[in-house]
Amino acid sequence: MTTKTIANIKVEVTEEGYLIDSSVWNKEIAKAIAKEEGIELTDKHFEVIEFIRKKVAAGEGLTIRGIGKSGVVDAKTFYQLFPGAPLKKATKIAGVSKPVSCM
Amino acid sequence: MEKEEKYPLKKVLLICSKGNLEDVYAALVMANGAVMEGIETKLFFTFFGLDAITKKTMNKLHTATVGNPAMRMPGGLPFPTLLGGLPGVEAGVTKMMKKEMEKLDMPPVDEFLELIEAGGGEVYACKLAADMFKLKKEDFHETVKDIITVGDLYAMCDGLGTQIIFT
Repeated sequence: MTTKTIANIKVEVTEEGYLIDSSVWNKEIAKAIAKEEGIELTDKHFEVIEFIRKKVAAGEGLTIRGIGKSGVVDAKTFYQLFPGAPLKKATKIAGVSKPVSCM
Repeated sequence: MEKEEKYPLKKVLLICSKGNLEDVYAALVMANGAVMEGIETKLFFTFFGLDAITKKTMNKLHTATVGNPAMRMPGGLPFPTLLGGLPGVEAGVTKMMKKEMEKLDMPPVDEFLELIEAGGGEVYACKLAADMFKLKKEDFHETVKDIITVGDLYAMCDGLGTQIIFT
């Protein structure tokens, strides 16, 4: 656990850069983390992020299949929005903990 | 002290040669997991593994109830081999496996392949096995990019950080 200043706010993050406390998250933090990941956030990104935060708040597991079937984006678009490792990047930007799913 | 250099996995080639439900899913889960991590992924099906990409058979894969010593009854008692041979038992066990898999959000084979393709993974069929089973490109699912030779497969293995996994 380390302390880091993201978007002028002091936050605690894990070794991999995930926010410890999801409630400190705001859109500016999201933009700053996304920038570190090389992603410029658009409205579509935020739709996905909102969906992820809602799912996590409800205590539900996240999978790429689930996000692809959410009606927010399809799997292919999800991969395009967050290139490389979409689930890991999207959760990091959404300020929730790293998903533990294999799927 | 010598500096330890690390070469992260960048590309993975998975070979699936078996057509049992669990063997196919092992390859699919590994492939999908690699795609999710941003690793370049190529999935190669050969011999009975071709069942997993053949339109007619891909969503009808079974788990073997005979000759499978790890098979258990619900509750953990050993599964008698003789019972596994009775008509309908294999179908019942397979149905149960699929139900459990669905609970974990594991999709049917065709949808799984589409998910892998959506993430940039590539699916191939082995030419020799396709010839042997008299299968053509049109018999295969649309996610199958090509029918390739062993040489073609090895030609895809270039680059530092490439691994081949045989399931």
